[in-house]
Amino acid sequence: MPDVYFQPAAKTYDAIIIGSGAGGGMAAHELTKAGAKVLLLEAGQHYDPADPKYITQLKWPWQSPRRGASTRYRPFGDFDAAYGGWDIEGEPYTTKNGTQFRWFRSRMLGGRTNHWGRISLRFGPDDFKRRSIDGLGADWPIGYEDVAPFYDETDRMLGVFGTNEGLRNDPDGIFLPAPKPRLHEHLIKKANKNLGITTIPSRLSILTKKINDERGECFYCQQCSRACVAYADFSSSSCLVKPAGKTGNLDVIYFAMAREILTDPKTGLCTGVSYIDARTLEEVSVRGNIVILAASACESARLLLNSKSARFPEGLANSSGVVGKYLHDSTGASRSAVLPMLFDRKRYNEDGVGGMHVYSPWWLDNKKLDFPRGYHIEYWGGMGMPAYGFGWGIEKMNGMFPDRNGAKREAGGYGAALKDDYRRFYGAYIGMAGRGEAVAREDNYCEIDPEKVDKFGIPVLRFHYKWSDHERLQAKHMHETFDRIIMEMGGIPLSDKPGPDSDYGLNAPGEIIHEVGTIRMGNDPKTSALNRWQQAHDVKNLFVVDGAPFPSQGDKNCTWTILALSMRASRYIVEQRNAGKL
Amino acid sequence: MKRRDALKGIGLTTLGLAGLSPQIKAAEVLDPVADLAPVAEPDKKKEPWEPYGRTEGELERDAKLFKEQFFNKHELKTIGVLVDIIIPKDAHSGSATEAGVPAFIEFMAKDQPNLQTPLRGGLVWIDAQAKRRFEKTFIDSTPAQQLEIVEDIAYTERKKNGMSQGVAFFSLLRNLTASGFWTSQMGIADLGYQGNVPNKWDGVPDEVLKQYGL
Repeated sequence: MPDVYFQPAAKTYDAIIIGSGAGGGMAAHELTKAGAKVLLLEAGQHYDPADPKYITQLKWPWQSPRRGASTRYRPFGDFDAAYGGWDIEGEPYTTKNGTQFRWFRSRMLGGRTNHWGRISLRFGPDDFKRRSIDGLGADWPIGYEDVAPFYDETDRMLGVFGTNEGLRNDPDGIFLPAPKPRLHEHLIKKANKNLGITTIPSRLSILTKKINDERGECFYCQQCSRACVAYADFSSSSCLVKPAGKTGNLDVIYFAMAREILTDPKTGLCTGVSYIDARTLEEVSVRGNIVILAASACESARLLLNSKSARFPEGLANSSGVVGKYLHDSTGASRSAVLPMLFDRKRYNEDGVGGMHVYSPWWLDNKKLDFPRGYHIEYWGGMGMPAYGFGWGIEKMNGMFPDRNGAKREAGGYGAALKDDYRRFYGAYIGMAGRGEAVAREDNYCEIDPEKVDKFGIPVLRFHYKWSDHERLQAKHMHETFDRIIMEMGGIPLSDKPGPDSDYGLNAPGEIIHEVGTIRMGNDPKTSALNRWQQAHDVKNLFVVDGAPFPSQGDKNCTWTILALSMRASRYIVEQRNAGKL
Repeated sequence: MKRRDALKGIGLTTLGLAGLSPQIKAAEVLDPVADLAPVAEPDKKKEPWEPYGRTEGELERDAKLFKEQFFNKHELKTIGVLVDIIIPKDAHSGSATEAGVPAFIEFMAKDQPNLQTPLRGGLVWIDAQAKRRFEKTFIDSTPAQQLEIVEDIAYTERKKNGMSQGVAFFSLLRNLTASGFWTSQMGIADLGYQGNVPNKWDGVPDEVLKQYGL
């Protein structure tokens, strides 16, 4: 697959897809397979994790002059496979009324799927019907049974490991073998069993077994965040766009920053997309019969809001006024601890897969709690590869423990005794993070900033986002749980339990990078922008297949559902097209 | 075991590459990695830095940082003495300077400019202490005199008047030294980290499970 496809603008495509992440990649895969001529617009550059010029996998920390420290270009560390970040030069965003939102973007083929945690959880039956359960937010116009066949197919097509546990709201799947727990994960399981906290093998889209000839098997380097030379983890670029390219039906234009969806003033239908070439800053128009937005929840909303015309004065597909609203990210809170029982551990290769081998799905009943909606817990620990930050803050810890001979130590220090502390404490740390469901609210939104444009001249987003007590009390509960787990394990927390002054340790909105909800689907065109097929109520040849259509998102990471729903919407497009209705 | 041998030993099948159409390509991809593994500490003469999957913007910025020099000779010498006090040579491995820590700290000061003032200011602070006590700079003081100052700033819970800024500086330097040392080839070998090599994970070794009663 060549680096750059370029197609003269004269051609009219069957479909133009904006964005090559999970949703866009799946749509490209499904539509090209069905024979459609598809144009994929990607705002960033080409990327292939098996091409030596991009590879960071299996590099050693000393191969980076900053030893893997993060930079503005790679906020998750110097080896991470995400080009972009929270703060992209020339692409600002703003916030309103002193509220906070952090927006992570990747400018590359495959988008954020290149570095994500591969946590691939199905939403359960309750996750589609939360309003019916607790009266908050909105129900989805579809239910688990509508999505289940597409989850099944996604499992088979892309691969996910896990175990069937028969948990009602954490549906089973078609799983590859799950890796065995690491030592700290065994200890967590044991403690959680005593505490009644369900802890089961994690569900990650990593190939512990080969599933086809295009992709290899996991070789357990723990570096999925660097993307895989063997394509053994799921990323949209490697597993969807690449095979779509092989059909001969796909053109990709890189550095294409979409500015506006073009419409016919008479019919009100989409006719194409106008984009800015990010290298030349020239504007280019491309034509297509169907436009599919997959630019990420906020970027897709921004595009619609910036596509104003006499016929669509509030932006395209926005007669309901909901576009940009109901923005919600997962809640997050985390804590780490040290386990003295693991001092001076025996060394062995404990890398495993890129992520946790066990996790705790939500195990409680909200009816008995003071907050709605649940959270799951992710865990980390083990004898990982050192990187920048290794041993940082030892002065806060080494004074707590007597040395091997039982003599009291002083915090801090230097010399041979200090040097030995690092060896002694290596692999004795654990951490845990809650990822929970926030309630989608109308007054958490993004809108077009009335004054600012980015370097492409495109008006930028302005965010307004506040957590409510629903989320705060959930974070409080997370920390109470973390305390119990750490105590049960005989560990010592490395920080105090955060209090109300810091929202009980809640991450800032946007920081979990699960933002969804900005172009929500529903049956009523007055309160939703898309129908149950993710087709705009107002514009029948416009679809949205990223996280924007989600009325709510469970405590489950959103990617697997984006994939399943994009597959579902793509199949619908093909059916409608074949039936002459599109 | 060398990485190349490790790769040969487990064969491509367990690497997950068997039957893969781009198998040859992927094998080539892995091999240079194996060759890179035994490289020595960053060699300043061998610029630019061995590429490791950089974007254009990153290459440009790093090239610029490599051309700049933040610390002067005296400062770098002082850093060298201090980091070797923090992590000295012992029976298991060499010292922080032997692991290239001063060059790493020089780079970090340019890469993260918020480190510049605390580090430069801290170095001046420690020289001022040495001059006041011994009428010499820190590096010109005797090892015993150097340790006398270090003793006053190395322990975070000792409350000694007028030393708190020195304590903060020393903690920062300790943390940077640890980062630089334990991420070096020497440090990783000392630590006994066994990973970053293709393998097949089959769970925690039995004797370890037994040790923890699992």
